[in-house]
Amino acid sequence: LLRSSQPLTGPNRRRCRDDEKLLGTILDEGERGFIIDTRSAQAAKQARMGGGGTEPKSSYPQWRRLHRALDRGRPLQESFIRLVEACAEPSLGMDRWLSRLESSRWLGHVKAALSTACLAAQCLDREDSNVLVHGAEGTDTTLLVTALAQLILDPSCRTLEGFQALLEREWIEAGHPFQLRCARSASSHARGKQEAPLFLLFLDCVWQLSRQFPLSLEFGEQLLLALFDNAYASAYGTFLCNNEKERSLCKVKESTHSLWAWLNQPEEKHKFLNPLYSHNPLVIWPSVEPQSIQLWQGLFLRWIRPSQHLDEAWVEIRRLVEGK
Amino acid sequence: VENVRLLDRLSSRRAVVGTLYLTATHVIFVENGSETRKETWVLHSQISSIEKQATTATGCPLLIRCKNFQVIQLVIPQERDCHDVYISLIRLARPVKYEELYCFSFNPKLDKEEREQGWKLVDLNEEYNRMGVPNNYWQISDVNRDYGVCDSYPTEVYVPKSATAHIIVGSSKFRSRRRFPALSYYCKGNNASICRSSQPLSGFSARCLEDEQMLQAIRKANPGSDFIYVVDTRPKLNAMANRAAGKGYENEDNYSNIKFQFIGIENIHVMRNSLQKMLEVCELKSPSMSDFLWGLENSGWLKHIKAIMDAGIFIAKAVAEEGVSVLVHCSDGWDRTAQVCSVASLLLDPYYRTMKGFMVLIEKDWVSFGHKFNHRYGNLDGDPKEISPVIDQFIECVWQLMEQFPCAFEFNERFLIHIQHHIYSCQFGNFLCNSQKERRELKIKERTYSLWAHLWKNRADYLNPLYRSDHSQTQGTLHPQIAPCNFLYKFWSGMYNRFEKGLHPRQSVTDYLMAVKEETQQLEEELEVLQERLANLQKSQSGDNKVKSKQQDRSKQTGLYTSNNSLANTPQEYSNDLKSFPSRSPSQGDEEDSALILTQDNLKSSDPDLSANSDQESGVEDLSCRSPSGGGCLPSEDSGKDSDEAVFLAG
Repeated sequence: LLRSSQPLTGPNRRRCRDDEKLLGTILDEGERGFIIDTRSAQAAKQARMGGGGTEPKSSYPQWRRLHRALDRGRPLQESFIRLVEACAEPSLGMDRWLSRLESSRWLGHVKAALSTACLAAQCLDREDSNVLVHGAEGTDTTLLVTALAQLILDPSCRTLEGFQALLEREWIEAGHPFQLRCARSASSHARGKQEAPLFLLFLDCVWQLSRQFPLSLEFGEQLLLALFDNAYASAYGTFLCNNEKERSLCKVKESTHSLWAWLNQPEEKHKFLNPLYSHNPLVIWPSVEPQSIQLWQGLFLRWIRPSQHLDEAWVEIRRLVEGK
Repeated sequence: VENVRLLDRLSSRRAVVGTLYLTATHVIFVENGSETRKETWVLHSQISSIEKQATTATGCPLLIRCKNFQVIQLVIPQERDCHDVYISLIRLARPVKYEELYCFSFNPKLDKEEREQGWKLVDLNEEYNRMGVPNNYWQISDVNRDYGVCDSYPTEVYVPKSATAHIIVGSSKFRSRRRFPALSYYCKGNNASICRSSQPLSGFSARCLEDEQMLQAIRKANPGSDFIYVVDTRPKLNAMANRAAGKGYENEDNYSNIKFQFIGIENIHVMRNSLQKMLEVCELKSPSMSDFLWGLENSGWLKHIKAIMDAGIFIAKAVAEEGVSVLVHCSDGWDRTAQVCSVASLLLDPYYRTMKGFMVLIEKDWVSFGHKFNHRYGNLDGDPKEISPVIDQFIECVWQLMEQFPCAFEFNERFLIHIQHHIYSCQFGNFLCNSQKERRELKIKERTYSLWAHLWKNRADYLNPLYRSDHSQTQGTLHPQIAPCNFLYKFWSGMYNRFEKGLHPRQSVTDYLMAVKEETQQLEEELEVLQERLANLQKSQSGDNKVKSKQQDRSKQTGLYTSNNSLANTPQEYSNDLKSFPSRSPSQGDEEDSALILTQDNLKSSDPDLSANSDQESGVEDLSCRSPSGGGCLPSEDSGKDSDEAVFLAG
């Protein structure tokens, strides 16, 4: 599984021998690879006008390109805000609620993200093919797809330790611009241009996986909520800045504490572990039918409904699993 | 009929070929293929509709829709055969006599004594006593002992002490179908009660002294309050329209000390259409999130569920918090009234949240009070306008509550699904006919078996591992959040997409926890035994002090269990663009895949899909020995080794 940003084909269909060679080295003679472009074919084509573009078939003959449009940026932000507002409204009738849930399109984004990640996973696992994922900048929807695909495919990413490593690798080191994306509250009306809840979308997708495979993730919802909180406002430096270069310049590692160090302390760790976890060596294929994708109540209703009864259920689960 | 294809909704490529059989009681599809020979059995009673679709190059499609939401898409090669099957099924699915139903031929191989005991499991007299009646305020009345007053009521009803036979009879003449106010639930703690009836025949101005006295009597039976609520569960417009037909609702001016309340639950026709629309959404091929949500909204189904729940909450509050008695009715008092009374009772009394208590609740508010099972669920061929998912809605309300209060119910989702299944299956006699009177005339108890006994025998499959009778959540009244709460209502894919295993969470927390619980218990018992042995050995001080303990590798056992569930773990089609994989589709070419999609994991020996063929040899029966506690036959250890859908080895 590889990731990158878009090739700078531009309006004049520039070629780059080095890039073609690089992609060439990945595939054996006669082998085929897949490129998953997270933009629609239309958008990808239009990107050429701005200097970007796609890999033309003629220059990359062994690679088959698939387009799966995933929203990011402003549309994603709007989607999230609409859902949050719909949840907060006290006097909606059921019809209006469902209508607003639908028109927010948030669950549609979750479905699309999971489907694309599954597609990538399928290419790797079923077609035994290499996959390159990219969108425009390679810092948003690209990472969403590669991180989710690894969770689906690789059981070691589903351990607490493995998941932390996955986040470090696929989100932090890979350069998701946390500072720009999470500058303000996720549902802030200030609507900064660069803000978008992409990382939250990722966490929602992970939650969907945990709901469908409740025994296969070593961590639980509490971890996902803690990550959500810390991406926006944190006592730790883990999610600071936009990339490794900035972190180095700001001397983040020297001047702040790591979130992971805190999380992994024995007295904190147990709160984030899933008592139902049991190592599952197989690939976990989620269902992306609409019935299978549910509203993440733990996040969206966090401050709206008391979670007492569900918390009690988890206490009971722990009690059963851990024994007397 | 041979060479019939059975299609899968989610993937047209996962078709299996087999032979279709029609028997007197079932439709059976047996897969070709040496290994599994998976069988799909469908009771004729379950068939809701059969649709013959346009012939294509591949054959004649036949779509069978079932009342338990199973949808079977067959393709029959010859048009003539298809037509024959269609005509036969039409006739078989529409019996005209009760004797044609499965319950009269079903033989679980129990003797007469056991059959009788089965019927005695749920005893309503015991239940009323448990509630605390008869007492100073409530008495048992046998005025209806020969069904002379009301033929859809039971022979024994509970009425207020001050309600004489004269009052009862007079009131019954002023009520639709003679369904006079009678006790449904009595709250020992504060003497408040829930009573039920049908609508008064008040028209625009008619009055009836005895009916007014009856309501007075109900009020007097609760000294803690000086008024009662009268709750009409219909929309105000419908109730008013009934007045023109000489019926209607109670006028607060005529009935002293009542507070009247409309709740607004729609009628059976609206509900029938609502379900229809929702099922259409379920049948969509690869719907988008928007298609689904829009379709769900358009059906109005969740809105209706919430309306029933809200009514139950209102009544429970009136009884528990205000200590005020409530009289509930709709039009005839056998649909919405039953739903609302049973939801309220469930919220009020933790007993009804136990397995036994739930059976009692259904027996009381649905069976004994004359809910028209035959008409509503089509035991026999009848008026399609009488069909309506009334009890299905109640059962869904229970499920919605279970999702909000995971520790509060002794039983699990499977219990509800199996009850719904058997209401339509007519395999047992509990839900036949339209009234107690009809059931007695048919001698149901002598000629059929009770579902309750069957469920009780298999109760280990129906337990909720999180339930503890001493848990705070299970005690007292349940208080569901009121508003905002729309988002708490979920689409119940476990029921409406029951047979599409790929849609559901692939791992069952319930089953896992039950397995853990059982194991813990076994280990504890073993520990006791070993401790005893150790004590004995130490006492006797023999030379050989080795205590051999069975090495039970706990993690290995649970690992075994969970890996079972991964077997059904196959990817669906993520790529609608079939051309993406010209060589082959990701899901094509794996023989194991198609077998697995149709294999139902989490199948228990109590599962109705198995019990139907309990007297038959079939490959499917082998699944019943796959018990999570590790007893009996264990599946192959290979399951974790190579591919992620290792072949399931039956037996």
